[in-house]
Amino acid sequence: MTQLVASASYTNAFEQIQRDHAGPAAIADLRRVAFDRFSTNGLPTTSSEEWRFTNVRRIADTTFVSGHAVALTNEELAPFNVTGSLGGWPTIVFVNGHYQAALSSVAELPDGVVVESLANVLNSSPGNPVVEQYLGKGADIHSDSAAFAALNTALFGDGVFVHVAANVVVESPIQVLFVTTPRSTDSDTTEYPMTHPRILIAVEENSEIRLVENYGGEGNTPYLTNAVTEVFGGANAVIDHYKLVREASAAYHIGHMHLQLSRGANFSAHAITLGGNIVRNDTMAVLDGEGVSCTLNGLYIANRQQLVDNHTTIHHAKPHCESHELYKGILDDQAHAVFNGKIVVAIDAQKTDAKQTNKALLLSEDAQINTKPELEIFADDVKCTHGATIGQLDADAMFYLRARGLGLEQARSVLIHAFASDLLNRIGIASIRAGLDELLLAQLPGSGDSGFYEFG
Amino acid sequence: MLEVSNLHARVGNKEILKGINLSVKAGEVHAIMGPNGSGKSTLAAVLVGREEFDVTEGAVAFQGRDLLEMEPEERAREGVFLAFQYPVEIPGVNNAYLLKAALNEVRKHRGESQLDAMDFMAFVKERMSILKIDQDLMNRPVNEGFSGGEKKRNEIFQMAVLEPKLAIMDETDSGLDIDALRIVSNGVNAMRNAERATVIVTHYQRLLNYIVPDFVHVLSGGRIVKSGGKELALELEDKGYSWIEGATETVGS
Repeated sequence: MTQLVASASYTNAFEQIQRDHAGPAAIADLRRVAFDRFSTNGLPTTSSEEWRFTNVRRIADTTFVSGHAVALTNEELAPFNVTGSLGGWPTIVFVNGHYQAALSSVAELPDGVVVESLANVLNSSPGNPVVEQYLGKGADIHSDSAAFAALNTALFGDGVFVHVAANVVVESPIQVLFVTTPRSTDSDTTEYPMTHPRILIAVEENSEIRLVENYGGEGNTPYLTNAVTEVFGGANAVIDHYKLVREASAAYHIGHMHLQLSRGANFSAHAITLGGNIVRNDTMAVLDGEGVSCTLNGLYIANRQQLVDNHTTIHHAKPHCESHELYKGILDDQAHAVFNGKIVVAIDAQKTDAKQTNKALLLSEDAQINTKPELEIFADDVKCTHGATIGQLDADAMFYLRARGLGLEQARSVLIHAFASDLLNRIGIASIRAGLDELLLAQLPGSGDSGFYEFG
Repeated sequence: MLEVSNLHARVGNKEILKGINLSVKAGEVHAIMGPNGSGKSTLAAVLVGREEFDVTEGAVAFQGRDLLEMEPEERAREGVFLAFQYPVEIPGVNNAYLLKAALNEVRKHRGESQLDAMDFMAFVKERMSILKIDQDLMNRPVNEGFSGGEKKRNEIFQMAVLEPKLAIMDETDSGLDIDALRIVSNGVNAMRNAERATVIVTHYQRLLNYIVPDFVHVLSGGRIVKSGGKELALELEDKGYSWIEGATETVGS
């Protein structure tokens, strides 16, 4: 069997979207093409190379319905808000896929910066030329491994449109917050909500932005977050992107990010996965101009039977580009991780400098990771390196800490944190680094102390 | 303070300690010397609870309590300190953090209050200057990229801050140049007092010119084969270890 038959609820959702709010004609057409692809391909099975270690049968076997609008209060939202103790970043909030204007704070942005509900933009008249130019132009929906992106394209209800005009520097990070909750106002039956967030980020030349995509959820029943992010970076644009996945324990999160980067653009991403039953982060970066610098970093922490899968593809299409990847994972219990890092260097992409590293820390005998670099190099004057290490906590370091009086749990926490801190330290923005560090510490056993202390 | 009786220990199937007897009282400095492979470092490791050594026979009492029953961290909190022969590098954990966490664990165990960052700094300042530990070293990851001398100074600095009752130094002198040796010795001598016991494990007599021991024991083949005063160290320096080994059963025989 090469595909999993998708539930009829997707068809229902598609028909409803086409009836009610398909958007402009071009988008309605795109949705139709996408749904055809999805219907033909079905959800991927493990016989697809791209999904070999990630079995989505549990997703295929669950009937999801489009998330209902649920109004959360600011207090109810607070636990999901990564800016929590850090204070006010502009934030746009979606609950069960529905834009929450009352919880959002993106009204007062600098001139030239737009952060809006994508549905509002699509349904306004006249249409937005930037959205028309870019939406659906990045993410692949056609290959048979792209079923989830096709499903998102067919079914997305809302999402975010971010536009930064040329020569604008946005100082404050902008947070995009998606929360899923099983709360329902009028129903006793258990429904499993699905959302298909769609994010379009267009940063024109010489502009700069920092953006945090934050996904969270609550409850202990399944739900599906199936997100697609398309990023278009103009010449010399600087884009600092953070993705934080803190989905609820029974949740499924499939995310696809497509990056299209022009000459001299500088893009860096940090994907931090802390929660969810199955989490898949796909990143496809196209370095489509000379001198692009692309950094993809990732950190994932998984326990119990969690599955975290990071797939990256970096396509060096032009000469003199550099890419750096560092992924680090911490796996406990029976957790399973997958890292697949593909680097393609086109025939004329000379002087490419690509470096990929994947490191996993296994805290139990039953945890496992499948890690695979894939290099396809067609140019002859390039520097490409890759490395993967898998290890346990260093027994000598454990003993050293205990011999100084630290308890077993605290020593473990300190060393696990130290392993992760290497990645956190690469985060340039202190407030984001501190916020993520707090989250990480909350996740560690023992004292939750940090191992950092500035003396003097 | 420390009573080691008939201590036998092995790693795997290899017996390394074959009946050690040693009595160390508060205020005393004991040097344990011996050729390579005699079991000096094993004795130090067993005293601080390294798990790869199995104690097969004998007992160790520390202040009247069974030391061998305690977890390594409990031994540390009770006041047993090992200056490691090979201090471990721990990337991602800074030196000041470890020291503050360790100090607060010891203080908690003694029923003393936790020190905050300000108190901690005041507490360690003087000891930093004795051991020539600068602020930069405090903020670097534990032992990572430290020179050999910096690592050893850092061990003795930790000892000075944690104020153990029993300080065990495992080949602290190895690899030190004369300046570092003086700094380390100054640190140890500054800590000598009537309440503290010190056990110095060393291959060479050199360190004992700077830290003068009250007793010298010669370990050979897993047993203490000779004990004496500080003059025994000089005799060993003169004659080497062969006369001792020749006089007794040799290692592996």
